[in-house]
Amino acid sequence: MHGLINSAVETFVREVFGNDLWQTVARRAGLGFTQFEAMLSYDDKLTYDVIDALCVELDRPRSDLLEDLGTFLVSHQRMERLRRLMRFSGETYLEFLLSLDDLPERVKLAVADLELPGLTLEDLEDGQFDLSCEQGVSGFNHVMMGILRAMADDYGALVLLTNKGSVNRRHVIGIQLIDDSFNDARDFELGAREA
Amino acid sequence: MSGTTLCDNTLNILCPMHLRVGFDGRLRHCGPTFRHIRPDVDMERQGFFDLFELVLPRRVRSVADLAAKAPARIKLRFQSPPRTSFKGMVLPVDSQDEVLINLSFGISVVDAVNDYALTGADFAHTDLAVELLYLVEAKSAAMDASRKLNQRLQGARMVAEERAFTDALTELKNRRALDHVLSRLCGTESHFSLMHLDLDKFKAVNDTLGHAVGDLVLKNVAAIMLDETRADDTVARVGGDEFVLVFPGLLDEPTIQSLAERLIRRIEVPLDAEGQKVSVSASAGTVMTHSTHCWDPATLLDAADQALYASKRAGRAQHNFFRGEL
Repeated sequence: MHGLINSAVETFVREVFGNDLWQTVARRAGLGFTQFEAMLSYDDKLTYDVIDALCVELDRPRSDLLEDLGTFLVSHQRMERLRRLMRFSGETYLEFLLSLDDLPERVKLAVADLELPGLTLEDLEDGQFDLSCEQGVSGFNHVMMGILRAMADDYGALVLLTNKGSVNRRHVIGIQLIDDSFNDARDFELGAREA
Repeated sequence: MSGTTLCDNTLNILCPMHLRVGFDGRLRHCGPTFRHIRPDVDMERQGFFDLFELVLPRRVRSVADLAAKAPARIKLRFQSPPRTSFKGMVLPVDSQDEVLINLSFGISVVDAVNDYALTGADFAHTDLAVELLYLVEAKSAAMDASRKLNQRLQGARMVAEERAFTDALTELKNRRALDHVLSRLCGTESHFSLMHLDLDKFKAVNDTLGHAVGDLVLKNVAAIMLDETRADDTVARVGGDEFVLVFPGLLDEPTIQSLAERLIRRIEVPLDAEGQKVSVSASAGTVMTHSTHCWDPATLLDAADQALYASKRAGRAQHNFFRGEL
């Protein structure tokens, strides 16, 4: 798995649960080191071992933690850059949803060797959508669920998300867009005024 | 009139950065993005050349001149700050005394979004500006991550190199570092002196008092040699109790002789190790490039070794120069 994904998991654990827990998780997962390099690649097994170790340490189900990870990725202060990159996808949550098919391609434009599972959005009309995720990366659908939820907050949209399970070897997330502008959106300007 | 209005509305959507400019130099219409980025300017009352500097095409004095060149590529810049640049096309408009100009920010879009707080709505939906901005941000984030990795690797490499060239016990240079120094000096045919120094009676210390005491002796000898040499001399431990010293530019025999004698005297001072007096001595031999005119590291090391063994044969605890031919 790409180092960016691994170091995102690491940042999530460190920021949300503390450095001590990260050390424990790294030990339990048998990493042999305590810091992932964002620009290196690691064996997929390491990532899964870290997630499993985290579940054991916190005694929480995997789907839960992965969804929190997804939320963290686009809403935590430390991850502001990623949130901004997501917001480039569209002016509204609806546009954001409609651009999800392109997400893996967008990601590859930025980091050529970072492969995300394919995403397909199906418009079922009346504000109902099905997002299906390829099963290449186990648990990716849960992370995606967290991202969708946090981005809805970001755009100020009101949505209902449901896990529709596995269909034709793809995980399907049901999205009901109730109100595209339910709340004020968080600030987003195209120009990044870095402090 | 209504035809023009419809056309403007259509153009506002398709080309939010277009202008219609009359041959009299007045702006007749401008797209909505211009209203956003110059809100205080009453666009329709502005003279085209008051608002813009025409960078390309050159030698155009009037809108009629411009129309004569149309269709043509055009490059403009705001007259007043921020002096944003634009690229675009100027097109003739049939049977009317005006031209149509469609513009984009080109590469200046990165500055423009900051200067004017532009949003996606300021660009035509087909404009790749937002994708470009996404890429700029994504790439700079990726570059930052790469740079951090490079810095960490660089640091790790320096530590590893330092370690690779250092003798762990004495913290003197090791054989690898010595080879490096010699090949550099020989490569440039720089003159230097090379001393081979070997401890006498060291094996007995190791055998009777143990390795811990032996290690103390070696550390003590290392400290003496560092103390007696200059910062740009090289002191290397090349074997258990064997040392090689390199003195770049030091070619004076009496100086080296007295340095060697001083080293031997200080090494002979008994060392207090774990309550016992430990005494060793040293023999040494030196070869100098200005007398041999040889710049082959292996040959020079061999010559210094011969000089060292001459000292040993002559009764140890002394220093000799290599006098042979190479």
